[in-house]
Amino acid sequence: MRLRLLATSLIGVVTLAGCSEGVLSPQGPVAAAERLVLFNSLGIMLAIVIPTILATLGVAFWFRSSNGRARYLPDFEYSGRLELLVWSIPAMTVLLVGGVAWVGAHDLDPRKPIASAVDPVRVQVVSLDWKWLFIYPDQGIASVNRLTIPAGTPVSFELTSSGVMNSFFVPQLGGQIYTMAGMATHLHLQADHPGTYRGLSAQYSGEGFADMRFAVDAVPAAAFSQWVNATRDAGPMLDAQAYADLARPSEAVSPFTYRDVAPDLFNHIQSFAAQPNDPARLAVLTSQRTDK
Amino acid sequence: MNLLGKLDWSAIPFDQPIIMGAGAFMVLAIVGILSWVTLKGYVPYLWREWITSVDHKRIGVMYFLLALVMLLRGFSDAIMMRAQQAVAAGGSQGYLPPEHFDQVFSAHGTIMIFFVAMPFVIGLMNFVLPLQLGVRDVAFPTLNSVSFWLTASGVLLINVSLVVGEFAKTGWIAYPPLSELQFSPGVGVDYYLWSLQISGVGTLLTGINFVTTILKLRAPGMGYMRMPVFCWTSLAANFLIVAAFPVLTATLAMLLLDRYLGFHFFTVDGQGNAMMYVNLFWVWGHPEVYILILPPFGIFSEVVATFSGKPLFGYRSMVAATMAICILSFLVWLHHFFTMGASADVNGFFGVMTMIIAVPTGVKVFNWLFTMYGGRIRFEVPILWSVGFMVTFVIGGMTGVLMAVPPADFQLHNSLFLVAHFHNVIIGGVVFGVMAGYNYWFPKAFGFKLDERWGRASFWCWLIGFYVAFMPLYVLGLMGMTRRMQHYDNVAWQPWLVVATIGTVIILGGIACQIVQLVVSIRDRDLLRVTGDPWNGRTLEWSTASPPPAWNFAVLPQVAERDTYWVTKQRAGEQQAQPEPPPQYEPIEMPKNSPVGFVNAFFAVVIGFALIWHIWWMAGLGLFGTFLTILIFAFRDGDETEVPAMQLAQFDRLYRAGVAI
Repeated sequence: MRLRLLATSLIGVVTLAGCSEGVLSPQGPVAAAERLVLFNSLGIMLAIVIPTILATLGVAFWFRSSNGRARYLPDFEYSGRLELLVWSIPAMTVLLVGGVAWVGAHDLDPRKPIASAVDPVRVQVVSLDWKWLFIYPDQGIASVNRLTIPAGTPVSFELTSSGVMNSFFVPQLGGQIYTMAGMATHLHLQADHPGTYRGLSAQYSGEGFADMRFAVDAVPAAAFSQWVNATRDAGPMLDAQAYADLARPSEAVSPFTYRDVAPDLFNHIQSFAAQPNDPARLAVLTSQRTDK
Repeated sequence: MNLLGKLDWSAIPFDQPIIMGAGAFMVLAIVGILSWVTLKGYVPYLWREWITSVDHKRIGVMYFLLALVMLLRGFSDAIMMRAQQAVAAGGSQGYLPPEHFDQVFSAHGTIMIFFVAMPFVIGLMNFVLPLQLGVRDVAFPTLNSVSFWLTASGVLLINVSLVVGEFAKTGWIAYPPLSELQFSPGVGVDYYLWSLQISGVGTLLTGINFVTTILKLRAPGMGYMRMPVFCWTSLAANFLIVAAFPVLTATLAMLLLDRYLGFHFFTVDGQGNAMMYVNLFWVWGHPEVYILILPPFGIFSEVVATFSGKPLFGYRSMVAATMAICILSFLVWLHHFFTMGASADVNGFFGVMTMIIAVPTGVKVFNWLFTMYGGRIRFEVPILWSVGFMVTFVIGGMTGVLMAVPPADFQLHNSLFLVAHFHNVIIGGVVFGVMAGYNYWFPKAFGFKLDERWGRASFWCWLIGFYVAFMPLYVLGLMGMTRRMQHYDNVAWQPWLVVATIGTVIILGGIACQIVQLVVSIRDRDLLRVTGDPWNGRTLEWSTASPPPAWNFAVLPQVAERDTYWVTKQRAGEQQAQPEPPPQYEPIEMPKNSPVGFVNAFFAVVIGFALIWHIWWMAGLGLFGTFLTILIFAFRDGDETEVPAMQLAQFDRLYRAGVAI
């Protein structure tokens, strides 16, 4: 009964893998490696968990009081050998999974750059109430709620928050990382193929949280350059004033771009806590949510 | 200056039919019960026998009742969330706007952890510990009453927030900066903070009380290695309470300072660091889950051994595993936020530590398995819950270890996979354990068994409902659905959420069966009447009458081995029941009832409410009241009454005669 349920859900997961937008259909090296780690750990543990469940049900059923053929051992309360077994089975399992965890933590450290012949594209991410700002410092442009990246090229993210904590997450490209005010985190992702992938905030951040999602457009390298050029030609400029306007709480904002970005804006946003008169800090203060 | 602080008529959400309906129902229920009690003339009885009682058994029952009531409240929140997510797909906003939905999930988490799971577990420990230890009460009986009523104060405040003002919209963990004044200027977070602060003091006092009880008050001859395993797991849980709850209190106090006095511990500006809160919160938070699960581990140990008709397999292993969990639980907190961006070494260390804690837990599962091996298992309701637990908990443990692998956690953190995991261990572990303990010890508390048919029905509804409700959430987590979404655009998630809602309804059936079980059992109590030892028990609580007299044991039992009562019964059987000589009864000093807990809690509610609404004069008045209460209590003359030997002898003779029949 229970096992059938479990099996059904597992089969369900596998059949849905093709059309799901999660880790089960990875579109980049990081997500693929994470899925492998997930499967390896799960496999190691299922090897012990399934027999344990079967043994529990089997023993409970066989030793029911109405079963006259079951032997009654009222004094069976200690066995050194069994104790050794009892401690070593979980210990061995944990040794294996622990190895996977330790190696995985280092191999898939979010700060670790992706080895590639192509130079990475740098993107600075700021989570705002309740939208995402993506600054391309090398291109001098910025985008809201849509992240355009070249496929097959590593992307190096530097992330912070305007106030409330969020978590930047593109499940099909790789794991998430927090965005925290006054601090910068780092993440490296890569999309192997062109396509549109779902991005979202995975850390609840208040009223507009449910709409805090963005599309990741992975485009061929040539199309990326075209997009950069096109973006430079149109749209507003992102200076301190424009940032202050953007930082005001708003929900379900349609994507748009900025043709130019004030130099060093990201660092200003990140370090405003130390600089009381910084415009970015003032922007946050004006973005205070009002009591409803 | 406004005499009522921030409080005015706009605090009551007259325009919200759901809240007003629930609030009206709550007020009507309270008024109804109060007037019924008053009209029937039960008030003096309740005051004398329950409200002012310092008897650990009565307090245990009240804790349990409180948790049951709050389970209904927390569960209504759950149904509302499931219903919302079942419909709010694509362009739909569902029926709950964000500001209401956000309160619902915050209240659900807070209530279920602090005001359902905790009082369930503390209630059972209260009732069982002194009986299993073979003593007459806890170390500090009046303090015990104070603890209970402080918990009740927290409960009252959190329920008031439903009608007057609002509750937090921050999730039950209330991470800053979101929970800071800048982003949550309303009273919701203050309700959260003060109800947890007040009930937290109660919990800490309980911890001190139980640790002292177990370490200092045991029946003569009961060495540590002769204690029942439930006493061991309770000892470990209470060590954790004593060590961890001050961390929570201090952390929440810092947030309160930020909110009330403009400090900058966790604020965005002024060099505050929100991650300090996150770390400290989980330094308490991870031990907290072991505070919840260790006592149920003890319950399963008692139940499995009793219904298998065998001693617990590997007692020493169990004790070692319990104490190992107790210590290790303080070394794993960072696995709640691997995604903070710590170094690979830090993440790797906490990942591996988390897995190490799975070893003693695994040992326990195998020990229960070997306890059943060679037994004669009577499938009564408590062991159904235990076997259901063993199967379910293993799955929950596995998904937990899975998330302890940092790269896997980067994908699963904050997803519905995580939600499924912790419900898997909290429902499959804590709730199943509490239900096993409830069915197991109920006859001890009231002298009659719970109806078995309804008990079985309840178990199957809970078990099946659990799987139907939470297996889909594992799938959704892997599909990239994150938690706490008021609506979503991915319609592929919807069928799974509908299934989960159906599961929740099945669980509702389980809760309904439990209520029916209780009602039916009370109605048929004369048919279900039992003696002191209805299950052929092994530990000392079964050696006294059901329900036990106020003094528990007329003569304190002498303990010479583990499973004392079982061995005594075996020996009596072998010796062809030579009637023991009547014992020498001596008068017993019993603690007097005291209203101090109740009065103190009244003032605690006044203080909490006043501080939430910034009514400073009222807070001062409340503080003065508390001070006065404690002052009067400190100058009491004599807090014990004597139960004469005659009365003991009479009760005992009647009880023995009853058993003989």
